[in-house]
Amino acid sequence: MLSLERVSKVYKVGTFGGKDLVAVRDVSFDVKAGECVSLIGESGSGKTTVGKMVLKLISISRGSITYDGADVAAVSGSGVKDYYRHVQGVFQDPFSSYNPIFKADRVFRLIRSEYFADVAASEWNDKVNAALRSVTLDPEQILGKYPHQLSGGQLQRLLVARALLLDLKILVADEIISMLDASTRIDVLNLLAELKSRGVGILFVTHDLSLGNYISERTVILRRGAIVEMGATDKVFGRPTHPYTRMLLSSVPQLHKKWVDIEAELGAPVAAGASCLFHDKYPMAGRTGIYAPDEPILAEIEDDHFVGCFELDGEKAARQVA
Amino acid sequence: MSLQVTDLRVYYRTRAGDVRALDGATFSIADKEIMGLAGESGCGKTTLGNSLIRLDGRMKYIAGSVNLDGAELPIWDKNEMVPFRFHEVSVIPQYAMSAMNPTRKIGKMISELVESRGIRFRDVKGELAARIELVGLTQDVLTRYPIELSGGMKQRMVMVISTLLDPSLLIADEITSALDVSTQRAVAETLVSFRDRGFVKSMIVITHDVSILYQIADTILIMYAGKLAEKAATSTIIEEPLHPYTKMLVSSLPEVGVRYKDKKLSGIPGSPPSLLNPPEGCRFRARCPLAFAKCVEEPPFVEVATNHSVACWKVAGADA
Repeated sequence: MLSLERVSKVYKVGTFGGKDLVAVRDVSFDVKAGECVSLIGESGSGKTTVGKMVLKLISISRGSITYDGADVAAVSGSGVKDYYRHVQGVFQDPFSSYNPIFKADRVFRLIRSEYFADVAASEWNDKVNAALRSVTLDPEQILGKYPHQLSGGQLQRLLVARALLLDLKILVADEIISMLDASTRIDVLNLLAELKSRGVGILFVTHDLSLGNYISERTVILRRGAIVEMGATDKVFGRPTHPYTRMLLSSVPQLHKKWVDIEAELGAPVAAGASCLFHDKYPMAGRTGIYAPDEPILAEIEDDHFVGCFELDGEKAARQVA
Repeated sequence: MSLQVTDLRVYYRTRAGDVRALDGATFSIADKEIMGLAGESGCGKTTLGNSLIRLDGRMKYIAGSVNLDGAELPIWDKNEMVPFRFHEVSVIPQYAMSAMNPTRKIGKMISELVESRGIRFRDVKGELAARIELVGLTQDVLTRYPIELSGGMKQRMVMVISTLLDPSLLIADEITSALDVSTQRAVAETLVSFRDRGFVKSMIVITHDVSILYQIADTILIMYAGKLAEKAATSTIIEEPLHPYTKMLVSSLPEVGVRYKDKKLSGIPGSPPSLLNPPEGCRFRARCPLAFAKCVEEPPFVEVATNHSVACWKVAGADA
């Protein structure tokens, strides 16, 4: 449904924009209906940038994002409004998503004036109540309150309810539970899982591997803007192949396993200079800055499990293959 | 017994009345013990940590005593605490990123800091160099400004500074929360090595992330709405908790390997009570599935097994 094809984002930095900062490099993946794809990366990996490009908040430098076959970058004018009818985002900080001066339910009124101006008031109220109930909020407790009177979890669910009022097809969830308490975050997570069963595709952006593992069908691991490993979640987490993925997995604090045990389970780290699966598969592929359009970026090592070049120093890249 | 806290009460003064953020905490920490302190936001864990080192203007000491290595800590008096801070009790603050003076080079800042405590910088310089090495930084950090360091490096630098005088008690407040997983692990393991090398005698690690505590803490203290809920050895808290809140909290945490489609986790319905006028009796009552008539009385925090204390009427032995 949503498809990214070699998407890159280059920021101009430095005095007079003299330098290029490649925030996202040749990222390709799909989000299908009813599927949750988690985009995992550490800070600065470009995960939020990908989400913003999908939401048309920033432009795309290279490559293309298509939604239902139509190029997202080309959408303009009244088409944008139509695009947002299907594609919506929820962000990290629930408190800064609201205007503290107005009541929280103003987000619904804005949707109504923008998209449903001709809907009768009673019909609209029923619609709002149904959306609130579907995110397990009690309309009577929520409506008419200011943002500071509601908890973070309630505010996040309210934003999801707002997206549900539209004809939601793709939800970009950018770290939506990082700021919530342990006791409420799982409820928001389960809510996302329920959206999946209604056919909504979810792009779940997170730094937390355990959350991504819990909810998603497919996982994309980003490092410095490039995909290092991606595929079915049980394959990426069950048989992590890229040294970076293994490092991440061995660093995640787990509840019933100590770090030393996890390391023992994952086995020895891949030694420097060990054979790179990517180059094993594509011996001629060399990494020199921008990829040629026909050059592969990831090697498929098994069905629905892709891995990038093991060369961790992405920028220098010129790994010579004899 | 390194630290003994008895019935400590610290309230926040607001115009609407006192917010009872820490309402009667009694616990002890042994030598060489790393105690994890966990709970939801607003449960009073940071208040407990802060009250052991510095009460800020809004905090009001109500009652209780703190005994560190046999000496009473005068926590109610800002000035009398001065000789204890940094020497005996030290803290790694929540935002270590901004804990250093941005206008000084780090070496200069440390020198000014220790000299203000009446210690000559050259006496501690050797030890400082050794510890910088130990946390995996290079000596040239001393000639750099804080802005030149990454978040993880700053965090480790603050850890070195805080423990430079070998304090007896170290309070680490949410120090891993803002870090990436790989840095998180390095910082957490550094904490353990500080204890193992004897730089600090005992430690309170405050965090909302129970899984980090499982990795590094010896014991875990769970707080709820300003009260202590349960304290026990780490493995006991995780594997066989007794308090209903601990049980629900631990079972609501997703981990690597748990999938939604195999096992649906559930959260704790409801939200913590307001601490401005907290309900009488057990404060978890409204969200507790086991609540019964007796819960309107306040459950005492009692030891139900060796080194395992719980505040719940439903736990056998609690009313003995």
